[in-house]
Amino acid sequence: MAFVQNFPFISILMSLFAGPISSVLNKKWAKRLNIFVIVFVGIMSASVLGFVLGTGQEYIYVMGHFAAPWGNEIRIGILEAAMALFFCVVMFLCVIGGVLEREREIEETKHNLYYIMVNLLLCSLLALIYTNDIFTAYVFVEINTISACGLIMIRQSGRTIEASMRYMIMSLLGSGLFLLGICFLYSLTGHLLMSNIKEQVALLQAAGEYHIPLLTAICLMSVGLAIKSALYPFHTWLPDAYGYSTLSSAAILSSLVSKGYIFLLIKIFYRVIGFDIIRESKVINVLFVFGIAGMIMGSVNAIRENSIQRMIAYSSVAQIGYIYMGFGLGTTAGIIASVYHILSHAATKSLLFMAASGISDASAKSKNFFDLTGAGYRNRLAGVAFTVGSLSMVGFPMFSGFISKILFAQAAWGNRNKILIAVVALAISTILNAVYFLKTVIRIYTPEKEEIVINKGFQDVTISEQPSKSVAMICLVALNLFLGLFSEPVVMLIERGLEMFA
Amino acid sequence: MSRKIPDSEYEKTLSFRLKRWLDGTKDAFVDTVEMQEQKEFVEDDTTVINREIERQQRLYRLYDHANNWGISGFEKLYRIFCVCFCIFLVVMLLISVSYLPSYGQPENPVNNEVSQRYIENGLQETGAVNIVTGMILDYRAFDTLGESHVLFIATCTVLILLRKDKKKDEWGNDIEESDRIYEPKNDVILQTAARVLVPPIIIFGIYVILGGHIGPGGGFSGGAIIGAGLILYLNAFGFEKTERFFTGKTYKVMSVCALGCYCLAKSYSFYTGANHIESIIPLGTPGAILSSGLILILNICVGIVVGGTMYTFYVMFRKGDY
Repeated sequence: MAFVQNFPFISILMSLFAGPISSVLNKKWAKRLNIFVIVFVGIMSASVLGFVLGTGQEYIYVMGHFAAPWGNEIRIGILEAAMALFFCVVMFLCVIGGVLEREREIEETKHNLYYIMVNLLLCSLLALIYTNDIFTAYVFVEINTISACGLIMIRQSGRTIEASMRYMIMSLLGSGLFLLGICFLYSLTGHLLMSNIKEQVALLQAAGEYHIPLLTAICLMSVGLAIKSALYPFHTWLPDAYGYSTLSSAAILSSLVSKGYIFLLIKIFYRVIGFDIIRESKVINVLFVFGIAGMIMGSVNAIRENSIQRMIAYSSVAQIGYIYMGFGLGTTAGIIASVYHILSHAATKSLLFMAASGISDASAKSKNFFDLTGAGYRNRLAGVAFTVGSLSMVGFPMFSGFISKILFAQAAWGNRNKILIAVVALAISTILNAVYFLKTVIRIYTPEKEEIVINKGFQDVTISEQPSKSVAMICLVALNLFLGLFSEPVVMLIERGLEMFA
Repeated sequence: MSRKIPDSEYEKTLSFRLKRWLDGTKDAFVDTVEMQEQKEFVEDDTTVINREIERQQRLYRLYDHANNWGISGFEKLYRIFCVCFCIFLVVMLLISVSYLPSYGQPENPVNNEVSQRYIENGLQETGAVNIVTGMILDYRAFDTLGESHVLFIATCTVLILLRKDKKKDEWGNDIEESDRIYEPKNDVILQTAARVLVPPIIIFGIYVILGGHIGPGGGFSGGAIIGAGLILYLNAFGFEKTERFFTGKTYKVMSVCALGCYCLAKSYSFYTGANHIESIIPLGTPGAILSSGLILILNICVGIVVGGTMYTFYVMFRKGDY
């Protein structure tokens, strides 16, 4: 076994171990450790991706001396390694981008607790990506939930505590339903290992046995993960959680945490149940309807918001709707589009959160929409970054959002029954996106009167004042352009990864 | 270009005016419309005040439960909908459970080669007489590793929420009332009972942890017992006496050591297992206290984490400082 093959296991264990270590370190060293872990895990994921691309086949890594199904195992393919690498990159940028906000908003002695949360969140995301055992997935879903709560309430204000309370309740409901689904599947198949469950489910389906409990299990798991990733009717926890938490938390939560659950759901569709059975079960039609509803209602709610951070948060509801709409098409092309949209949305949403905080820094920290007039001139980089993010969300060519919209539209052609609804919903949602994002762009580039600027104490912000945030924004803009201009290798990678996945 | 009508006539036609407008020689608005300099928009105070009052009244009307039929109706509907939804969910789950394989039948799918190997070979392969311990700490140790970190991170989250770091104001007084100002309670019955009970409870907890691989017990249950003993001691004797041996720092160091030990031990075992290297850890004689390889150490680690977690939760919810 090549030494590279150990890297996924090392990265999970390293980020897991970095959590407890941070609790005894002081603020400075905890931060350094955290950055080191993220960078190191990113490098390891990149080399794993190189290795898997080289051999062209996935491999299984046994966790312990007993092969699965008796012991635990993780399974590494192209898509998993690519996701791990991408998550590390985005997380790194989110963490370095929010340094100033963390200094301001977190109590001095609680910084190391924040880094514990980030480390364990990274660990749980990696484990969710790599695991081949559905119960291991559940254990790490728990870690993910609790650390996300910690990330929300580390900024101690009434709104964040209320938000994390809501998040906790909704998220635990989701975990509970997911666990019930696992129980159902276990009693039907007698296995917890994904590949074995799939074999057994195929046998059951062929024999025509246990049709109703199987359907219930699929429903429970889909709904559980949909609640946790804020699909439309279950999105009520989201605006407060993203809108009031500190910058890096908001960026990490929106771009990574919900995506981890969606990735797990894809895994369940392909690896646990089998995509054909999912397609026959009609569950995806429900996901399709809710996805469409989310695409439109999320944007409508975003238009009505007055706070820029909450507006971006509501836009997440719409984007999650896109992803579930892609699932709902029930074709491989739809899933590819969804996976691409996961990447595109992660890159764009964290950019938007950074840029929004940048332009509100130039408006005396106000997040109110009306105070942002002319902020694009006061903080030029953040203005440009916000424009790039907005254009990408709206689907302007050159940026990543355009590619994902094209992929969705192409995927819609593959499903004759849903093509009309999907394309019309895409068009309406794009227009609504344009309404609220371009409205903000126009607002930040409308010059504000001198006296108001002086009265309200708005000050120009230069790049040298917030070096880390600027670097993060520039990198995210570059990432966005990369995804938009060189989409073909990325789409190829996703395609090959999904083939390997099934 | 020849023209049939004279110039004076032509100047009155529409086409002449259109041509002049296109050329820009004549502005249609200059000299024909009265023009004024745009005035600055000034709002007088009464309008602002009126608007503010109206907004207040609107808010008041919105949250007036007695008279706003919309909000009260919504709340009633909400309750009805909740009950209906719960009933629907319960009925649906019960129906699907009734289709599941009936409980305890030998031919159920759950009774397959997986549990068979656990039961038949568990003792030889893990060295643990208690098969459940062998399962959670050897066969599926990765899950348990995650699970013990769940406890750790739960404590950290409670610390974020409840730990008070600014203890004294500038005159040295407690800002936030901590429960320790009501101490010592000097409750004779409680103290006597605690004096008798706490040592056996903690010793029993240690026994349960150490015997986890040879009998019923293990880190999770033993840790919970030790935590309960510590909580009883704290209740009887107060923070001052407890902090002679158990402070926030103790908890931190202990949990880091325990989790670190767990991580390192399991990393070794995962690494050797995956790379097909023979592990050097002997399994020992089943039934002896020093047997079953790493399980004993892992049980102790888990026990420390669980005990510390329970005690920390209690201290935090009593507003103790840490």
